[in-house]
Amino acid sequence: MDPINWHTLFFLLFAGIACAFALGVVFSSNVVRMAFFLIISLAATAGLFFLAGADFVGAMQLVLYVGGTLVLLVFGVMLTAQSPFISIRTSGGDWILAALVGGSMLAILVPTALMIGERANMPSAEADATTRAEPPGAIQPVVMAKEEPTVAMLPPVPVESRPTATNIGQALIGVRVDKLEETNERKRAGLAGYVMPFEVISIHLLVVLVGAAFLARARRRAKSRFADAA
Amino acid sequence: MLSLLSEPVGLSHYLIVGAVMFVSGAVCMATKRNALGVLMGIELVLNGANVNFVAFGSDFLARNPNYGIGLDGHVIALFVIVLAAAEAAVALAIVLNFYNNHATIDVDKADELKG
Repeated sequence: MDPINWHTLFFLLFAGIACAFALGVVFSSNVVRMAFFLIISLAATAGLFFLAGADFVGAMQLVLYVGGTLVLLVFGVMLTAQSPFISIRTSGGDWILAALVGGSMLAILVPTALMIGERANMPSAEADATTRAEPPGAIQPVVMAKEEPTVAMLPPVPVESRPTATNIGQALIGVRVDKLEETNERKRAGLAGYVMPFEVISIHLLVVLVGAAFLARARRRAKSRFADAA
Repeated sequence: MLSLLSEPVGLSHYLIVGAVMFVSGAVCMATKRNALGVLMGIELVLNGANVNFVAFGSDFLARNPNYGIGLDGHVIALFVIVLAAAEAAVALAIVLNFYNNHATIDVDKADELKG
């Protein structure tokens, strides 16, 4: 028996939790339970990020998403959790339609995801096709083309885990330290980094938060004025 | 099952997880009548996309790191997380406003503009 690959074991653990609780969010009709399932699902996703070597993104997933956004959502649930709204049932027809749409989407996405691994294979598959198309004993150059190593034949390049936080911070202020020695001209194009998107997203966040504060506040004052009049 | 445990994890494993989360989120958005349930569906969809970004950007999963998107995937995933936070704040403000005005949170009741 082959030894257990611990990376795979933990991947299966986190992926199982993430998918199971995502499905739990769909099939539960109680909104408080849905919020709880969502928290667990997103926390397990952070584990998946750590396993993929994205330590900073995983940490931000925990801090911003689970610690920030979902707490906001839970507050929303608590503010509106009156007994008729805690569980609003969906009609059976809607479920059938949703199952149809969701099932067909999965039926498209999962085979596509499985094809990704074979994508690198394609040159060699074409070479095989041409060899098969040739009459037997015809010519040799095709065989030479076949022996040229394709991406799929290369052994997986061993990578070491490096912390990504510094590189991400440098990329956000406009220096791609991970691409300084890039010789490929096409891949050097992204060397400028992400200053512009970073600025845009900063302004966007500011505007959105001011807008959210305004939206949540204006109505309450109008209501209290109405209460005074009444 | 045992061979599943000894094989290394590839890109397609992550993509399948992302697909399942995306489809759960889409179905959640379509079926829930509670406005907060719709918001949770959006969060799931964004996270499914994020799983794909991180998977494509990971050096561990690609067979050849030269073909991955490297750090770009991480940075885009961070942008998605920040945008999701902003979206949740605004959507929650709108939902609470709707709740204050109409004393309900059922999106099927939000048909005042219906002709």
